Amino acid sequence: MLHLHSEGFVMGKRVLAVASAGGHWQQMMLLRDSFSGHQTLFLTTLDGLPEQFDAHPARILRDCNRNDLIGIVICTLQLSWQLLRFRPDAVISTGALPGVIALALGRMLGAKTIWIDSVANAEEMSMSGKLAKRFAHHWLSQWQHVAQAEGAEYAGAVL
Amino acid sequence: MIFATVGTQLPFPRLMDALNALAAGTSEEFIAQTGEATENRSALQEMKSLQPAEFSDLFLRARVVVSHAGIGSILSARKFGKPLIIVPRRHALDEHRNDHQMATARQVEGSPGIYVAWETDALADLLASDLAPASEAMSPAREHLIAHIAKLLA
Repeated sequence: MLHLHSEGFVMGKRVLAVASAGGHWQQMMLLRDSFSGHQTLFLTTLDGLPEQFDAHPARILRDCNRNDLIGIVICTLQLSWQLLRFRPDAVISTGALPGVIALALGRMLGAKTIWIDSVANAEEMSMSGKLAKRFAHHWLSQWQHVAQAEGAEYAGAVL
Repeated sequence: MIFATVGTQLPFPRLMDALNALAAGTSEEFIAQTGEATENRSALQEMKSLQPAEFSDLFLRARVVVSHAGIGSILSARKFGKPLIIVPRRHALDEHRNDHQMATARQVEGSPGIYVAWETDALADLLASDLAPASEAMSPAREHLIAHIAKLLA
């Protein structure tokens, strides 16, 4: 697919990569080779983090969790804005809740959605992973036995 | 220098108290990111949270890093090539919402440069021994996942 962009013609798809600060982000960084040929926008929750990993372009979201309703509202508004501007062909997330919201919004806008559950969840899908199931075209666990038990795909792991 | 980190989500006082006791018995510097308002542990240099650049800097300067069994800490040790000792948080002690850190610790135990202290008693011996650095070598499982995602995006 070809996109006209301000800098000229850029090959590939538009991929929105959403990961909260910490382990979620680190896992996204270990998987970034899988979309290096595409036009990527990174979203995370901690200022300065994208620069540390030379991940750009990037924007910062307000972090949120299920006990923080105001955070969820703010984060959802920020994500809606980013999605409407960037118009991704695909949304990929390694968690946590901001990634679930991104998948839900992305799916509404017709993007392909991919959830990679954090490798931290070696016993069952994460809480956010369970929420993400209904919005994800591809729902992956990084543990074979978890994938089997929960009906997810398994295709490897970052460890 | 020993750098200790408990991640951004929750404090881990059991680990910090143990490190404080160890630090009191040595001249080595102990710097700790505690996730809690300063508890004034006398032998530790405590900070509640760190900016990403400060975190990287401390990680790189450390002889050994001690942390909870969080994936972020494990992946950081691999990225920065440092020996890492992990102490899993326990659900029974109200240290996390479940025992996923025990599962993580079981899975990574024995991988190069990652050492598990199942109890804080084990920290003293581990810190006194010659520990190998972790490394971010590409694993077949990671290569496979990257190829799979690339295919999904094609």
